[in-house]
Amino acid sequence: MSTAERTLVVERPAARPAPRPSARPSSTYGKRTHPMWFLVPAFAILLVFFFLPTLFNFVYAFTDWSGFKGSIKPVGLDNFTQLASDGTLLRAVRVTLVYAVLVAVFQNVFGFALAVLLERDNRLNRLARIFFLIPVLMSALAVGYVFQALLKPHGSLNELIGAVLGRTFDYAWLGDTTWSIVVVALIHAWKWMGLSMLIYLAGLKTVPEDILEAARIDGASRWRTFWVVKSPLLAPAVTFNVATALLGSMNGFDVVQATTGGGPARTTEILNIFIYRTFGQGLFAQATAMSLVLFLLVAFLAFPVIRTLRKREEIL
Amino acid sequence: MTARLSDARFWTKLQPVVTTIGVLVLIGIPLWLVVVTAGKSQGEALNPDLSLPSHWQLFGNLREVWVQGEVPAAFFGSLLIVVPTVAGVLTFGSMAAWVLARRATRLNAALYALGISGIVLPPAVVTVVLLLRQLGLAGSAVGMIGVYMGIYLSTVIFFVTGFVRTIPVSLEEAAQIDGAGPFTVFRRIVLPLLRPALATATILICLYVWNDVFYAFFVVGGRLDTLPLNLFRVASAGLYLNNWHLIFAYVVLMSLPLIAVLAVAQRKIIAGITSGAVK
Repeated sequence: MSTAERTLVVERPAARPAPRPSARPSSTYGKRTHPMWFLVPAFAILLVFFFLPTLFNFVYAFTDWSGFKGSIKPVGLDNFTQLASDGTLLRAVRVTLVYAVLVAVFQNVFGFALAVLLERDNRLNRLARIFFLIPVLMSALAVGYVFQALLKPHGSLNELIGAVLGRTFDYAWLGDTTWSIVVVALIHAWKWMGLSMLIYLAGLKTVPEDILEAARIDGASRWRTFWVVKSPLLAPAVTFNVATALLGSMNGFDVVQATTGGGPARTTEILNIFIYRTFGQGLFAQATAMSLVLFLLVAFLAFPVIRTLRKREEIL
Repeated sequence: MTARLSDARFWTKLQPVVTTIGVLVLIGIPLWLVVVTAGKSQGEALNPDLSLPSHWQLFGNLREVWVQGEVPAAFFGSLLIVVPTVAGVLTFGSMAAWVLARRATRLNAALYALGISGIVLPPAVVTVVLLLRQLGLAGSAVGMIGVYMGIYLSTVIFFVTGFVRTIPVSLEEAAQIDGAGPFTVFRRIVLPLLRPALATATILICLYVWNDVFYAFFVVGGRLDTLPLNLFRVASAGLYLNNWHLIFAYVVLMSLPLIAVLAVAQRKIIAGITSGAVK
């Protein structure tokens, strides 16, 4: 008995490398040259500041944590049933999804159009590209305020439209319960279209010259060359741009906060606006519940996206 | 054939016109509005429009928001957060990415998937506040830096892991034969080769952190000044009082450093953004 125990104890350290015996020579080599402790700082930070709060989300969303009470007690699904019963949950999710899809479409259409327009490398085009990068560098909050001023009922855009129409025009672009979300998505797309443009331009540059030459010799028109030869080669750029625009805008906040603040009648209240507002009111558990909803919503949509990104990695 | 040729020639003629009008309308009008409004008096800026100010008081307005928005404190607050965040994510992120790319074990594949999950998954902004309070880091710059690092390490790990795989191992082996340890190999051989990928990550992360207001609200709002947080404060007060001239003066102040950087380093920035993003 005791001998058996002892052999077990003695054997244990030797048993460690066993899980991957086939890779042993290269793994001892790797252990020396690429030690695992290089991973420690990064993953320690990720654990404390990213994974742990995410885990907390799954706990505190089911409590009555608030700014008005000293203690925190579990309440089950109360927060969710409350958010669902007054329609807040469904509306916020719908608004967020609509916003994200609109931004992804607008940003990519604008970015693509700009890339095609400014494809040739000459001085004017290089200068124009720099101008389209200015909004990318600007604070999204600042962009929001600029457009809030521009789109006021008596603002400059309506003045310009009025001058063209020859009569006063005072449409409230940011005060329309149906269309304001489209306007805000356009503003968000305006801010980021320069980045999409650069990535599409880089994609266009990867199209080999000899393929274009071959298409030209075969008598393909510019239009046909573009759609049949060039655009399929832009697939990686499309993947990257659509994914970042879609998931980035689901997590958006600044542009909406600075233009409508979620209004009118909460028709542009995306999840992060709701979270910010309820957190400010001290309703921490409701804010956490919505934060969990956002997490699950993005996670659900992100799995296909991660798979696509990793496939791109494998091609590299 | 001739029709197609003239078609191409027509577009060559038209393209500069379309480009110029596009820049003037899409970028020129909003920027013009910012500059002329920032130069007006409060009365003239009550309803911001594209007209020139009757007399320019841009510097007076800038001076006023400089004081009211506590710009020096906000500027240093922003620097205090951005610099350690970027240095930290680049160092720790590329260290991890190097080992993840070079040692293809099943554990590392799982760690890599975890490591890049933050690119898409939204951070838990509400509970992170609770966690920081428990750690005694609530409202501190250290807490803010930690939160940003947690968010943006994924970006670095993603860009750099992909990039390391394109670097031949033989470069590292040569140094190993000369007796260099892993740390020396990483610092002397690998890190210099990573420059294009690190440039991309640096530019994007600087942009995100420098302009972020959402996470800053939750973590350091009211405790620490940063440029976007103070813009929000100035603008919230300004909208209430209809002080559009001050809001836009602050926008000018806040955007100037970035536009100066863009003007000086535009070639590097454009190359940096594109080289790492699309391969």
